[in-house]
Amino acid sequence: MELPSRLRWTLRLLAWIGLAFLYVPLLLVLLNAFNKSRTFGFPPTGLTLEWWRAAWRSEGARSALGTSVRAAIGATAIALVLGTMAAFAVQRYHFFGRSSISLLVILPIALPGIVTGIALNAAFRTVLDPLGIGFGLTTVIIGHATFCIVLVFNNVQARLRRMSGSLEEASADLGATGWQTFRMVTLPNLRSALFAGALLAFGLSFDEIVVTTFTSSPDVQTLPIWIFGNLFRPNQAPVVNVVAAVLIIAAVLPVWLALRLAGEDAASSRI
Amino acid sequence: MGYQVAADQGVALEAPVGRGASDRRGKISAFLAPKRKTRLALLLGAPMLWLVVAYLGSLGVLFASAFWTTDSFTGAVVHSYSLDNLREVYTQPLYRTVAVRTISVALLVTVLDALIAFPMAFYMSKVARPGIRQLLVVAVLTPLWASYLVKAYAWRSLLAPHGPLSWVAGGYTPGYGLAATVITLTYLWLPYMVIPIYAGFERVPRSLLEASSDLGASPYRTIRSVILPMVFPAIAAGSIFTFSLTLGDYIAVGIVGGKTQMLANVIYGQLVTANNQPLAAALATIPLIAIVLYLLLMRRTGALENV
Repeated sequence: MELPSRLRWTLRLLAWIGLAFLYVPLLLVLLNAFNKSRTFGFPPTGLTLEWWRAAWRSEGARSALGTSVRAAIGATAIALVLGTMAAFAVQRYHFFGRSSISLLVILPIALPGIVTGIALNAAFRTVLDPLGIGFGLTTVIIGHATFCIVLVFNNVQARLRRMSGSLEEASADLGATGWQTFRMVTLPNLRSALFAGALLAFGLSFDEIVVTTFTSSPDVQTLPIWIFGNLFRPNQAPVVNVVAAVLIIAAVLPVWLALRLAGEDAASSRI
Repeated sequence: MGYQVAADQGVALEAPVGRGASDRRGKISAFLAPKRKTRLALLLGAPMLWLVVAYLGSLGVLFASAFWTTDSFTGAVVHSYSLDNLREVYTQPLYRTVAVRTISVALLVTVLDALIAFPMAFYMSKVARPGIRQLLVVAVLTPLWASYLVKAYAWRSLLAPHGPLSWVAGGYTPGYGLAATVITLTYLWLPYMVIPIYAGFERVPRSLLEASSDLGASPYRTIRSVILPMVFPAIAAGSIFTFSLTLGDYIAVGIVGGKTQMLANVIYGQLVTANNQPLAAALATIPLIAIVLYLLLMRRTGALENV
């Protein structure tokens, strides 16, 4: 059966209005990156590539990008290790408190960022400061890793649930050691789940601003912190616009990668 | 588990035969797999140390500090137990106004997102052809990966006094304030609502819609009596994101909200500007309680299995 055509047309119209709502602001940012006017009056008086050159030369934007990449790599690495370990424990063992682990893992991302942020801030101040570890990249990585664990955990756990144990049993029956089985059977089967988890963790860490605000020091600026700091400076606005445009274009990449390598589930598990 | 037994036998089998490399590997795996309990402890140790000690510990420190006070003269935190902060937070009219405003905005944003997302998800799942469907899923997911700040900033320029919206609308723009906050937050969290509802629609078999219309139901009746009850848990699942993300937001509010204050702005102000960490901690209990209540409410709809 087909839905009645009036309903179909109404839905089509509403869906495209929804999509326009999603994309008009993004297109505007792209347009503004080429806007000749510094104040971004609309419509633009002319188009220019000048701001792209200025952005390329911007020391602040470059070093912030570097910091963001370092923080995201650090957080992703920790999340990969801890998330995978927790997923194996929950999926392969029965123990007391097993069902509460999933809740515990989700908590850092379910609570508002500001709660996680000020909690970590309070803890770092009382615990790490006396140890001589000041606020900086290390504390940012610790903070990000905390809420990135869930992304790896969810992906690996879902894969382990679907993966039948018989492959590993076969491997062991054929004389492989536990380590060999893990390296040659389990790990290859987990690869795309690990990749999807890592991608999500990297993306979340790269975009994070609230927890970063409370765990960073003034001289360690991630890209979102840098953007936020320069958003209201008229001088920097054109450069911010270009960085924003680049970030929008770059957003296509992870979605495409996730869809290609791990399917629709992985792409939407950002949620 | 059979795998465990077999793996141990594997070690035993290999040890006398192999020499050199395989012997070493046998030892590694024997080291890695001495006893089930030890292995479990090894697997769980690090993540639990991180999440329980570091994270729950931090939350504990935070909420303990809600009972502390600051020295009114030096501003230093005094570790003496008192209920003053919590009493102040829950009785002061200012905080009550902000809390009510924040929760109302969160509910409004949730309703708006559901209204926009429902037809989108319906169309994606039940009307669009498979090729278009895939494209639409990507189109909804991509903005989620674009920087949060960039999107909030985009609305700032859209709503600017001489910006595109006022150009299109002949000089009219809602300006920066509560309305702008609601629009921007609705925009920011929309994909979080579309994707769960889309997944919910995917679970509604087409034959059910056919049966409903064969039995003479109008499309409106089918939506109300067949689709809505089945998709509702998915809407509830999406609403958990829109509700809790709105409750915790202060950055988008700062960018487009003008002078609008939401809970998180007040918490931030107490912590950073007023340097009153105990009061900030006490204030943080409001969104925390609101989210826990909301989660409990939503659990009854079956939403948590749909997240």
